[in-house]
Amino acid sequence: MFLALRELAFARTRFGLMAAVIALIAVLMVLLSGLSSGLVVDGVSGLMRSPIGAIAFSEGTKDDSAFTRSEVTRAQSQIWADRDDVADAELLGTAIVNAKNADGSALDLTLFGVEPDGFVAPSAAEGRELTGTGEAVLSSSARDAGVDLGDVITLDRLGTELTVVGFTADQRTFGHVDIAFVPLTTWQEVHAGVTAGEQADADAYDVASAVALRGLDGQVPDLAAGDAAAGTSARTLEAAFDSSPGYTAETMTMEMIKAFLYAISALVVGAFFTLWTVQRTRELAVMRAMGASTRFLLTDGVLQAAILLTGSLVVGVGAGLAFGSLLEGTGMPFALQSGPVLTGAALLLGLGLAGAAIATARIASIDPVTALGENR
Amino acid sequence: MTTTASSTRTRTGLSLTDVTLTFGDGDDQVAALDHVDLTVAPGELIAIVGPSGAGKSSLLAVAGGLTRPTSGSVVVADTDLIALSPRALAAFRRDHLGFVFQSGNLVPALTALDQLRLVEKITGRRAATLPLELLRAVGMENHAGRRPGRLSGGERQRVGIARALVASPSVLLVDEPTAALDRRRSHEIVEVLAHQTHEFSVATVMVTHDHDVLGHCDRVLEMVDGQLRPV
Repeated sequence: MFLALRELAFARTRFGLMAAVIALIAVLMVLLSGLSSGLVVDGVSGLMRSPIGAIAFSEGTKDDSAFTRSEVTRAQSQIWADRDDVADAELLGTAIVNAKNADGSALDLTLFGVEPDGFVAPSAAEGRELTGTGEAVLSSSARDAGVDLGDVITLDRLGTELTVVGFTADQRTFGHVDIAFVPLTTWQEVHAGVTAGEQADADAYDVASAVALRGLDGQVPDLAAGDAAAGTSARTLEAAFDSSPGYTAETMTMEMIKAFLYAISALVVGAFFTLWTVQRTRELAVMRAMGASTRFLLTDGVLQAAILLTGSLVVGVGAGLAFGSLLEGTGMPFALQSGPVLTGAALLLGLGLAGAAIATARIASIDPVTALGENR
Repeated sequence: MTTTASSTRTRTGLSLTDVTLTFGDGDDQVAALDHVDLTVAPGELIAIVGPSGAGKSSLLAVAGGLTRPTSGSVVVADTDLIALSPRALAAFRRDHLGFVFQSGNLVPALTALDQLRLVEKITGRRAATLPLELLRAVGMENHAGRRPGRLSGGERQRVGIARALVASPSVLLVDEPTAALDRRRSHEIVEVLAHQTHEFSVATVMVTHDHDVLGHCDRVLEMVDGQLRPV
């Protein structure tokens, strides 16, 4: 530490430039983290913020199209409900629709058909909960699209009218589209393609997209056994995220960008400390000749990197959070969450230290005898 | 000058017996040191002169435990350095050997005082003689807060001498201390070196090309083709 601190102060321009680079990488990490979290929230917050523990789709449904292609029956839902390890099981309908607001403006919505008195039905932070057909509780974010309480939304093609009776407390979206929670019967009529004023076939009221499940005491029920009994294909809520439109592609893209950022960060830090060590070869040889142990020199070098990285990351993450807070609430899908940001900062620190440690490890190979003779 | 008991520990000097150091040069073997015998008593300053490539630096490297000789023995403080592992050698250098390098070879980031305190950090113990006292002994107490970039060549060398004495070494190995200095400063530096050698009872071996400063030395030896002989 003795030497590390004095070298940081002495070569402050060089270390300052490096600190600026690390801080900028940290800013980028925070923004990518916010964008990544924002995309997740935009994609599946309707599921994330629901009390659902697992979802059972129709048997053989592929992961990437489960919500749009799956169709289950009330009988299958009942088989799940009868299981001992299941606290709640009810039909859930999902469908992305085009609609128009009362003022004629276009509106994209994901209809979540739920039992009004069931466990999936959301509570309303504003207005009231669902009670009967033709009503809708919308995601709070739908307000940004100009929707208000009491508005009547008309679905394209079918002409079905939905009266907005409430808004949820927070954002509830699915596939980047605001969710409109509607009574299951309303969803079933839309699903059956029934136009306004017509009655659907009785069979239409027997189906939905999936069975929403909640295990006893918050535990995930035995999905394999339930599937075998009900002829479904169930997965946990988190696994079901992959079935949300575009979710897997988006998260994989963001994860790959972040992985490259971490790798670049480790390489940049490693390259800097390699050059720094090479520049100090002569003085390191002198110190080794004086009897400085490899451990002494390595510890000092790694501590120096730790100080540089920590200071730079604190500044960079702080700047990133400040900049990111300006992006929240804009049209960009952006959500600052402490967990991913802290994990990212820890990864940058860990990988940076690893890069610096590898770079400074060359200290061990410096021959002290090179301290003798002419200066080169 | 403030000293403690450890600075007055029994001095045993340096003893090289029948030391040979050979290097491979293609298919041939070149003897950098050829059956060298050398004894330096505590408080004695000897100079070793000779042409470039004669083996002077090799002698310093072997005496300082930086290079293991092909054969022979190197004894400092009753310890044969040949028997020590690399890690033990590093520890031995910390406690018993001091080096003065060309141009001081100081750490650019450290002030003159910190150059000496660095040795305390490396050895893990306080200096027997306070670093500031050592700087005063070489006439550098007024420049204690200056970094090497703000010191002249002679001043850097003085700091280098003081730094080499921090750990109260038994043996001081000095590599061309006047290589970058003018005549007047060269005399000043070797005078300081001679004074500190006697003051601290150190066995000092100085390698130099500078024949003008030999008058300050107790003994002068010449190295030619890896062999030592009196001048």
